[in-house]
Amino acid sequence: MSRLTIAEVLRAALREEMARDDRVFCIGEDIAIPGGWGGAFTVTLGLEQEFRHRMIDTPISENGFCGVALGAALMGMRPVADVQYSDFLFCAMDQIVNQIAKMRYMSGGKLTVPLVLRAPVGSTGRGAQHGQNPEGMFLNVPGLKIVCPATAYDAKGLLKAAIRDDNPVLFFEHKLLYGAKGVRSEAGSVDASSEIPPEDYVVPIGEGIVRREGSDVTIVATLLMMHRAMAAADVLSQRGISVEVIDPRSLVPFDWELVTSSVKKTTRLVVVFEGPKTGGVGSEISATVSELLMDYLTAPVQRVASPDIPSPFSPVLEEVYRPGVPEILEAVTRIV
Amino acid sequence: MNYTKDFLIGLYRQMVLIRRFEERVKYLFLEGVMPGTIHQSQGQEAVAVGVCAALEANDVITSTHRPHGHALAKGVGVEPLMHELFGKVSGCCRGKGGSMHVGDLNKGMVPAIAIVGAGVPVATGIALSFQMRKERRLAVCFTGDGAVNEGAFHEGVNMGAIWSLPVLYVIENNRYAASTPIQSAVRVKNLSERASGYGIPGVTVDGNDVLAVFESAREAALRAHSGGGPTLIEALTYRITGHSRRDPCNYQPEEERRTAIEKEPIRRFAQRLLSHETADQAELDRIGSEVDVEIEDAVRSAMAAPDPAPQDAFEDLYA
Repeated sequence: MSRLTIAEVLRAALREEMARDDRVFCIGEDIAIPGGWGGAFTVTLGLEQEFRHRMIDTPISENGFCGVALGAALMGMRPVADVQYSDFLFCAMDQIVNQIAKMRYMSGGKLTVPLVLRAPVGSTGRGAQHGQNPEGMFLNVPGLKIVCPATAYDAKGLLKAAIRDDNPVLFFEHKLLYGAKGVRSEAGSVDASSEIPPEDYVVPIGEGIVRREGSDVTIVATLLMMHRAMAAADVLSQRGISVEVIDPRSLVPFDWELVTSSVKKTTRLVVVFEGPKTGGVGSEISATVSELLMDYLTAPVQRVASPDIPSPFSPVLEEVYRPGVPEILEAVTRIV
Repeated sequence: MNYTKDFLIGLYRQMVLIRRFEERVKYLFLEGVMPGTIHQSQGQEAVAVGVCAALEANDVITSTHRPHGHALAKGVGVEPLMHELFGKVSGCCRGKGGSMHVGDLNKGMVPAIAIVGAGVPVATGIALSFQMRKERRLAVCFTGDGAVNEGAFHEGVNMGAIWSLPVLYVIENNRYAASTPIQSAVRVKNLSERASGYGIPGVTVDGNDVLAVFESAREAALRAHSGGGPTLIEALTYRITGHSRRDPCNYQPEEERRTAIEKEPIRRFAQRLLSHETADQAELDRIGSEVDVEIEDAVRSAMAAPDPAPQDAFEDLYA
């Protein structure tokens, strides 16, 4: 066992999968330039020395390289595309939404599209175009799987599962959880490192996990918000409120079984997500739980999310934007 | 170049097959028998047939919202194609694709991509996989004049160029992007001039001359196989039917249209076959009749084939 950060385990997962399967390759901007940074967050640093022909640096052409990844995937390759910031996914919306997500269905199930799109999310001192959380938008695109790891252990196991999956997987990584070191480290980072076993393992896509057991209220959160929820649960336990924290780890498919069985027990639900509240991930979970569990709920489902504004630059304003422990405490206190 | 009779007759037969398939489909559609909408390629047959004649079975094409001709030229059969247009489970995409997404990768055709220009990066990625695996195969991207101003076209062609990929970008220039004339959408005279911006060869060919198309595709294929990278081929042609559905083509000037019909590829090629005594009129007529029988059989079997069950809607999304 050794303690590793998310940036380190993602690099290890890519290295191990490329060594295991020569159909796996990486493609994206600035990922393998000698003297460069290994992508915007050091994840692919040095991999070009081992896999020179399977680290494909592209021009700045997000729509283009997502289409290239699709073409290669249709031919049986297993590309892992690095989209420097999830905000840039919007440049590639046609390839992602119209092509990648629909190709299998349009073919009548004859084709498979085994590709991974890695995309960093989170409001992190970069303003409105490098700090979004677009996970919720992609919930509306059947055909994609969506993964959101909050810990290094899960990041490694989920990336391996995503690479081995025969479907397109959107793999969201939070910038404050990478644990990147040196000049590429992020102010305000949260330690998401884990003890990583030396042997090969996967974390199945679609399986959530109970991070903390409790009896009074269930909190569902992913990525950075999972860590905020854990911190809030500590505070609440001192106030005598027992919180169960669930990290679904994947948004599509979603572990409804885990969430609904928890809510049946606690009878209360708070969903915490970064990104605009309206039409977001929390809205979907809230709606479905309300549909399924009206007879169990003893209080209305609460959504904690960003306000419906772009992510602002000023640290003071960003604090308003990004949900934190105080907002979670307030939401729980409203219903317990 | 010397061609065998079989080769020439094969080209003729395929062009006639596409024309008569499209005409039959148009009739079925106007009768209200066939569902959906259609984009047809009457007048553009020589591009699909000429290019595909230069390909091997394991080469792979991408196509557009106007894909019937490409599908037939690449070997997707009349029957699976017709069944797909009727939305039947027995169609080449099990009724989930429809006219704008026909294809069969086993025949070397990705389900057609109906977003203009979007097939360009996909074809580039197909070619990248061939290069990475050192396979002697080609990707061919059929696209239209309307695609050249899409960002995807630019991004896709550029990546094909910088990596010297084995891919042909074929612009089927039928002069209209839906109803918008090409001269109002670009300032260059020939779309092949765009190639110089990517540092690759660009050629403009008479897209209504099936042998000229074949020869340009063959030359581009040889160059790609020898590591010379992509070629941009602009094939000048004309759509002698509507853009879609019941389009009466009022935007096509009458004189232009009349001239274009005189230059349509099938009649021209028939004249060549007759004047070179490759075939006589009786033989050409016989080909037409055989093709008609094949199409009628497909129509009959498609109309008799079962519809999908409603619950089939939920299948084929995830592997």
